[in-house]
Amino acid sequence: MAQSSTSGSGAAQPPLRFFEIIPDGTTIDFVGLRRYSLGISGLLILAALALWVIRGGPNYGVDFVGGTMLHLRFQPEVGTPQIRSLLADAGYRDVQLQDLGGAENEFLLRLPTAPGNENVAKEVTEALQGSLGPDAFEIRRSEMVGPQVGKDLRRKAILAVVASTIMMGLYLTVRFQLRFGIGAAVALAHDVAITLGGLLLFNYEFDLPVVAALLTVIGFSVNDTVIVSDRIRENLRKMRRQSLESVANASINETLSRTVITTGTAIFVILALFILGGSVIHGFAFTLLIGFVVGTYSSIFVATPIVLMFRDTERR
Amino acid sequence: MKRDVLYRVVLIAGLLVVSLVALAPSVPGVGGALPQWWGGLLGNRGIRLGLDLQGGSHLLFTVDLDKAVEIHLDRKIGEIRRELRDAKVGAIGVERDGLALQLTLPNPERRGEVIEILGDRFPSLVVESGALGSGPTIRMTLDPREIQQLHEYALDQSLETIRNRIDEFGVAEPSIQRQGRQEILVQLPGIQEPERAKALIGRTAVLEFRFLADTSGGYGPDNPAPGTEVMSGVEVDGTTGQTRRIRHLVESEVRMTGDTIADARMQLFDQLEGPTVQLTLNGDGARRFDELTGANVGRRLAIILDGTVYSAPVIQERIPGGRAQITGGFDIKEARDLAIVLRAGALPAPVTLIEERTVGPALGRDSIQQGLLSFLVGGSAVAVFVLIYYRMAGVLAVSALALNIIYLLAALSGFGATLTLPGLAGIVLTLGMASDANVLIIERIREELRLGKTPRAAIETGYDRAWAAIFDSNLTTFLSGVILFQFGSGPVKGFAVTLCVGIVTSLFTAVFATRTVYEYRLAGRRLDHISV
Repeated sequence: MAQSSTSGSGAAQPPLRFFEIIPDGTTIDFVGLRRYSLGISGLLILAALALWVIRGGPNYGVDFVGGTMLHLRFQPEVGTPQIRSLLADAGYRDVQLQDLGGAENEFLLRLPTAPGNENVAKEVTEALQGSLGPDAFEIRRSEMVGPQVGKDLRRKAILAVVASTIMMGLYLTVRFQLRFGIGAAVALAHDVAITLGGLLLFNYEFDLPVVAALLTVIGFSVNDTVIVSDRIRENLRKMRRQSLESVANASINETLSRTVITTGTAIFVILALFILGGSVIHGFAFTLLIGFVVGTYSSIFVATPIVLMFRDTERR
Repeated sequence: MKRDVLYRVVLIAGLLVVSLVALAPSVPGVGGALPQWWGGLLGNRGIRLGLDLQGGSHLLFTVDLDKAVEIHLDRKIGEIRRELRDAKVGAIGVERDGLALQLTLPNPERRGEVIEILGDRFPSLVVESGALGSGPTIRMTLDPREIQQLHEYALDQSLETIRNRIDEFGVAEPSIQRQGRQEILVQLPGIQEPERAKALIGRTAVLEFRFLADTSGGYGPDNPAPGTEVMSGVEVDGTTGQTRRIRHLVESEVRMTGDTIADARMQLFDQLEGPTVQLTLNGDGARRFDELTGANVGRRLAIILDGTVYSAPVIQERIPGGRAQITGGFDIKEARDLAIVLRAGALPAPVTLIEERTVGPALGRDSIQQGLLSFLVGGSAVAVFVLIYYRMAGVLAVSALALNIIYLLAALSGFGATLTLPGLAGIVLTLGMASDANVLIIERIREELRLGKTPRAAIETGYDRAWAAIFDSNLTTFLSGVILFQFGSGPVKGFAVTLCVGIVTSLFTAVFATRTVYEYRLAGRRLDHISV
């Protein structure tokens, strides 16, 4: 961060002094970097796909596959091996046990719900209380989702993500041009894919709040794309003699300061949520964190290059 | 020009006053000190906390609508038998096969006659193969309109019954509503014993009185006679008080059901038998019970609840007055809950719990604290940054953000919106969006100043040029909020609502309100320098 001074072109004015992170007149050849940036994006998407295949799909929470989830806080002396062996002794072998970490001794237990038995949660807590004593843990949260509900929610989630991607593309087509719409839609699909890759890599559970976060990422990313596209549109009118590349480059550079500051402050707020927001909101905040970074990147390095691919067909 | 600015200032200040009035009751420490009439001023309900913040249970039940149709058809069987017996068309077998009734005729020649009688007396039944068919069997289904009505009735009745049970159980501010085609959503804030509530709501509570079947002639649970069925039951040991499961052979014919129950109370009667549930029947029920017991002295009357025989006492004498009791080795809680469900009435069809989300009160409190903490830390860091980076314009931007929070919370309280944990996150994000609008404007003003424009011109072009981008970017986020609302349930909906409301308030504060300040400063004056 440097305090730089820039003098305006108007000679009558006193020299203007702004506090700037991105100095005025910054000209980075973003468009020229597209061969590398598209390559990196392609690699990241491939990596996400590979992770998807290796892991056998995302780590779905009970929201999407059905089952029972228990969030328990144990007395400090109870540890993972003890809980695991107690559950095994009680006959619950297919329990997923996850230590939530943090200062408190909290765990998530996930169990498949056997058909016709909706009361697994009660049985498990009674079994644990039987061996550990009635006050060994506190039930912080419990969720049970039936298989049909899970299937419904999964269908709705996929629909919502796909529908909003397409809708954003349509919106940009209507407000700008088809090439901007296509660029935005591809960039959004790219963001969703890479964010999913991040969730897979760090083994985050894929549940309803994560989908809500994904939809927010879509909204935020298209936001950035709109800002850049808006400036390209404006500059296309002003800079008729220039090539589309240099118009795009100028537009990205002119809005760069805004991009950096907005994304920076947004990410700062999300970091606060991620670190201080507690375990319930962790996956949500993580998705936003990855998604906002990728979304900002894609507006510059994915959406704009795609707009440039259509240069000959639509150049006015 | 000057007058225009004045109107704007009045509008902003007026909205601020209204917002503060609306918010005051929701502010801890202030709300209690306000006079009674305050809350009625705007008729708003205040901000309610979602189940994830105050703790509670979200329970989604599905009503077995096919079962409601089956029960209806089973009742029809008796009526059909009676009608055909009266019409003397011979011994006709009537059975239910799935969602259809099947009649077996001993002599197919009378088929037309039987169909005519049925069509006359049971207009809601449709003969499947038509009147022209032949053969010894007739299959009948219910008229689709009748099925539709039965479904509606089953849903409404289930809702009503569940509401009655919850009212008896005692939960503050429960919410019970229909959702989708066949679901009922029950929300119980701050509930302490979710397991008990679940059991209470989910119980069908169909009470039946039937006679135990005659077990002479070699019939028994292992060899049931026609017209009888095997049911499991509980038996209380007379000396130890222990219960054990046994099997009974009972008649298929239901003599009476629980729909004539006027009252049900738990009573501690016998130390050994434990608490019992005393039933009081209404006038009609009492008369029928009187007749039934009078005509069957010496037989064993089974009291059956949801397919389990609880007791099968021998009828010693005619029982007038409509009183009966259910024993079955209950503990006090079980007996009290059983009394509640019998009093509230049976569900017209079984319900199944298909989704449950319960948050303990401690976690809710922690979530609020953590949410507020992250909001304060994130928010103040951003505010400090904006103040340093944009100086006076930054002061304006931060004030606009503060105004935005007040408007947003007031709007949410005006809608009676529910604040959930994702909703809190939505507020945080909205503030991000709002500050983006200011960043866009200020950056644009800086650009225009660099081009050598006067402060006045720079401000005007800055706002005008930035507006297109701000509008488009906010509208796209608004659209994703709408999609989120369509898709989401509960907490996710809360997030979508805060996001959408927040976009409206942030456009107002970040663009309209800040511009008004500039207009005010510019009005009738020449501005040599602005601090951005």
